[in-house]
Amino acid sequence: MNLTLHVWRQKNARTPGRFVTYEAHDISPDMSFLEMLDVVNERLIEGGEEPIAFDHDCREGICGTCGVVVNGRPHGPRERTTACQLHMRSFADGDSLTIEPWRAKAFPVLKDLIVDRGALDRIIAAGGFVSAPIGSAPDANAIPVRKVLADLSMDAAACIGCGACVAACPNASAMLFTAAKVSHLGLLPQGQPERFDRARAMIAQMDAEGFGSCTNHEECQAACPKGITVETIGRMNADYVMASLTVGRRAARLGDSGGG
Amino acid sequence: MNLDPKIPSGPLAQKWSKTKFDYKLVNPANKRKYSVIMVGSGLAGAGGAASLAELGYYVKCFCYQDSPRRAHSIAAQGGINAAKNYHNDGDSVWRLFYDTVKGGDFRAREANVYRLAEVSNDIIDQCAALGVPFAREYGGLLDNRSFGGAQVSRTFYARGQTGQQLLLGAYQALERQISRGQVEMFPRHEMLELVVVDGRARGVVVRDMVTGEVATHLADAVCLATGGYGNVYFLSTYAKGCNSTAIWRAYQKGAGFANPCFTQIHPTCIPVTGEHQSKLTLMSESLRNDGRIWVPKKKGDTRAPGDVPEEERDYYLERKYPSYGNLAPRDISSRAAKQVCDEGRGVGSTGLGVYLDFAESIGRLGVDAIREKYGNLFEMYERITAEDPYTVPMRIFPATHYTMGGLWVDYNLESTIPGLFVLGEANFSDHGANRLGASALMQGLADGYFVIPYTMGDYLARTPKTAVPADHPEVRAAEAAVRERGARLLGIKGKRTVTSFHRELGRIMWEHCGMARNAADLKAGLARIPPLREEFWRNVTVPGSGGEINQSLEMAGRVADFLELGELIIRDALERDESCGCHFREEHQTPDGEALRDDERFTHVAVWEHAGGDRAPVRHQEPLAYENVHLATRSYK
Repeated sequence: MNLTLHVWRQKNARTPGRFVTYEAHDISPDMSFLEMLDVVNERLIEGGEEPIAFDHDCREGICGTCGVVVNGRPHGPRERTTACQLHMRSFADGDSLTIEPWRAKAFPVLKDLIVDRGALDRIIAAGGFVSAPIGSAPDANAIPVRKVLADLSMDAAACIGCGACVAACPNASAMLFTAAKVSHLGLLPQGQPERFDRARAMIAQMDAEGFGSCTNHEECQAACPKGITVETIGRMNADYVMASLTVGRRAARLGDSGGG
Repeated sequence: MNLDPKIPSGPLAQKWSKTKFDYKLVNPANKRKYSVIMVGSGLAGAGGAASLAELGYYVKCFCYQDSPRRAHSIAAQGGINAAKNYHNDGDSVWRLFYDTVKGGDFRAREANVYRLAEVSNDIIDQCAALGVPFAREYGGLLDNRSFGGAQVSRTFYARGQTGQQLLLGAYQALERQISRGQVEMFPRHEMLELVVVDGRARGVVVRDMVTGEVATHLADAVCLATGGYGNVYFLSTYAKGCNSTAIWRAYQKGAGFANPCFTQIHPTCIPVTGEHQSKLTLMSESLRNDGRIWVPKKKGDTRAPGDVPEEERDYYLERKYPSYGNLAPRDISSRAAKQVCDEGRGVGSTGLGVYLDFAESIGRLGVDAIREKYGNLFEMYERITAEDPYTVPMRIFPATHYTMGGLWVDYNLESTIPGLFVLGEANFSDHGANRLGASALMQGLADGYFVIPYTMGDYLARTPKTAVPADHPEVRAAEAAVRERGARLLGIKGKRTVTSFHRELGRIMWEHCGMARNAADLKAGLARIPPLREEFWRNVTVPGSGGEINQSLEMAGRVADFLELGELIIRDALERDESCGCHFREEHQTPDGEALRDDERFTHVAVWEHAGGDRAPVRHQEPLAYENVHLATRSYK
C-alpha cells in the first residue's frame, strides 16, 4: 500500500517545528506502524537525509516508550493498542496520515516525535510507592487480599506510563496516569498506611508539573492503550477528600507541611 | 586471569548464611560517604540501586531509556519462581535448586544456584509488600501456575504482565530513593566506557543522549545491570534498544566474558512475516500450561488446522516427552519445533511454525477461564497476526530470547575487574546452558534485592577508600576514546545504513550459530563476520551530528560492538565441542536426537579474555565442581 505522511519535524526543544510531507510507498499491511516508520527512515538515510526521530523500545506494547498522535488520535485509530502494536492493515491504501508528538506543556518536545515525559516519573517519586524497605517483608500469604480487590488493583497497575491520556486530554491533565497509581496501591492492604498522603502528594506534584485539571471529558479513557478507566479518577478524588479531612487537617493544625 | 569463584566452604545449605556473617560491614554512619554507580534500571538495576540506597549508600543510576520504568524486564510475561510450596506439592529450596541445575544441563555453579533458590521466597514476600498485585485465589492467598522443566506449581504471576508488575515495584522503590535524594537518576544516558584506575573499576563515561554531552561519573564501585546481548541476532524478543555496549566495554577493559555461546532460543514466539520485521514477540511459556503443541503428521499438509482430524495430528512434545509433555524445557521444545519444520511438517505460509492449540482447554475450562488467565496475551497475538486464537490455533516458532552467558562473576557477583559487579542477565552465573522459565525475574531480583547489598558492603569495607581526581589520565583517556569513536562513526559517511549491517549480522548468527550448530557451519560463520565488520567501518552512513539526539549514532555504536561480540559467540560455540542445554552441536547427539554432554572435557565455564587489538581472545576455564548433585543425563521423557 502507498501512504502520504505529514510528519512533525523539530530539531530540538528550542527550535520551532513544522510538518514535512513524505510519500511511503510499498508498505505491507503486516508491518507495525513503527516498522512503517523504519522503512521510511531507511529510505531517508539512504537519500542522505536525517531520519524521523521517534521513541520506541520493546515494540510489544508494554514498555510505554512509543507514542505518537496519528490523525489526531494518540497511538492511532485502533482502541486499546499502542503505536507499536498498531498494524498497517488498520489503514487503507492511499490514506494520508498526520503524525505528531504528544502535545502538552508538561511534555516538552525534544526532537521530532520525541517528548520529555520526566514529569510522570516525578509524580511517582512524590508518593507512588509503598515504603517497604528491602528485607522488611512478612510472608506473602500473611496478608490475604480479596481477589476482587487484587483484580481491580491489577487493572489499574496495567498502566504503562506512555502519556497518551495526557495527549488526549483537552486540558493536558495527567489525572488518569496519577489515579491509576493511586488506585493500584490504594486498593491493596499493603498500600493503606500511606494511602491518603499518597493521593495528596501525587496530586500536588501533578499540579506543580503544569498538567491541567480534569473536567470529565474522558478522552483519556478512550485513548488509554491498556483500558484504564476513569473509575480510578473517582477513587483518587475520594482519597483526596479523605486526605484533606485527615492528614491535611492535622498538617494544617500543626503548621507542618510534611503532614502526619 | 584470576577465576577464583570464591565459593564459601561448608555445607551447601549453609554457605550463604555463613558468608553473610563473614562479610565485613560498613557502619551506618560511614555508608553515606560511599557512592556506587548502577548502570541499568531493570529488575537487577532498579532493585539493586534501591536497596543500596536504602542502606545509605549514595547511588547514581543510569539508563538509556527515557525512564527507568521502561527497562526490558517489563516485557517478561509469565511469572517468577519461588520455592514456597504453598500448594503442598512437594516443592522445596532443594527441589528448585535441583531443577535449575538440571535445567541448565549441569553447567551452572552449584553454590550460586542454591543461593538463588534460597532467596526466592524472600523475593515473593518483598514484592507483595511493595504492592505487586500478584494473582490471588478466592481465599485471598497467592495463586501459582506451572512452567517448563518443573513438575511442581511454583510460578507466581500477575496476569501476563509479571515482569511489568515486578519492575514497577522495583521502580517505585527506586523513585522513593530518588525523592529522598539518595539516588540520582540519569535517564537517556548511555554508558560508553568503563573507567579503571589502579586496577579497580571507579567510574563510567556516559553520553547524554539528548545533548550529546560526554561526561565521566566516578564512584567507589560500579555495577552493571545492563541485560543480555541477544540483539546480536537482530531479530529477537529483546527491546530494540537492548545492547551489549556496557559489558563489551568492560570486557575490553579486562573483564572475563563467560560462555558467550549460551543463547536461549525461546520456543513460543510469533513467526516472522517478512523482510520488514524489526523484532519478534514472545508468547509466554505459561501458555503451555493449557495449550497443546502440534503439527500435521503428513509433510506439506496445507489444510486449515480445523480440517486436520485428531488422528492426523502429531502432538510431538507429548509423544516424545510424556512426563513433561508441553512443559518440556525451552531448549528441548525449540529443537523439537525445528526438527518437525525441517521435516517439512511446519505450518503457516513460510512453513516455519507449529500450532499452539487451546481448543481442548477451552472445551474443558470454558472460554472465560482461558481469557482470565491469558487474555492480554491472546489480544497481543491478535493485534500482530489478525487471527483470533480463541478460534484458530496460534502459530509459533522459536526466537532468540535470553542469554545465559555474560560477564564472568564470582560468588560475590564481582567480575575479574575488582570493584566491577555484574547483576542479572548481564552476568553468567545461575542458569548454566539453559534457563528455565520464570527464573530470569527471580535472578534479577535476587541479585538486586538480596545479594548485592551484602557483597557491596564487604567490598567497600575491605577496600581502602581513595579519591580519583576528575582529570586523572585514565578518565581523560576513557573520555577521549568515546569522543574519538563517535567522531569516527559520524565521519565514515558511507553508503549503507546501520540497520542493514545489523540485519546481515543477525542472519549470519542465526544461520551459523542458531538452534543447531556444527563445526563446519561455525567455521564458515566465523569467516563471514570480519569482512562485514571491515565494511561497516568503511561504508556505514550515520547522518546528523554528535551534539543532539541522534538515534542512528546510538545504533551505530551498538552494532559496532555486536559485530565484535558475534565473533566471540561463534568462537565459543566452536570450542565447546559438546552439546549441552541450548548449545546443540549436531556432532554430539544421542541416537534419538538428544543433547550429548561431554562431562570429561567440558564440565567448566569457558571464560574469554580480551587480548587487545586484533589478537585472538584467550580462552580460560573455571572448573565446575558438583558436590551435591549427581551429573546425570538430563531426561524429560
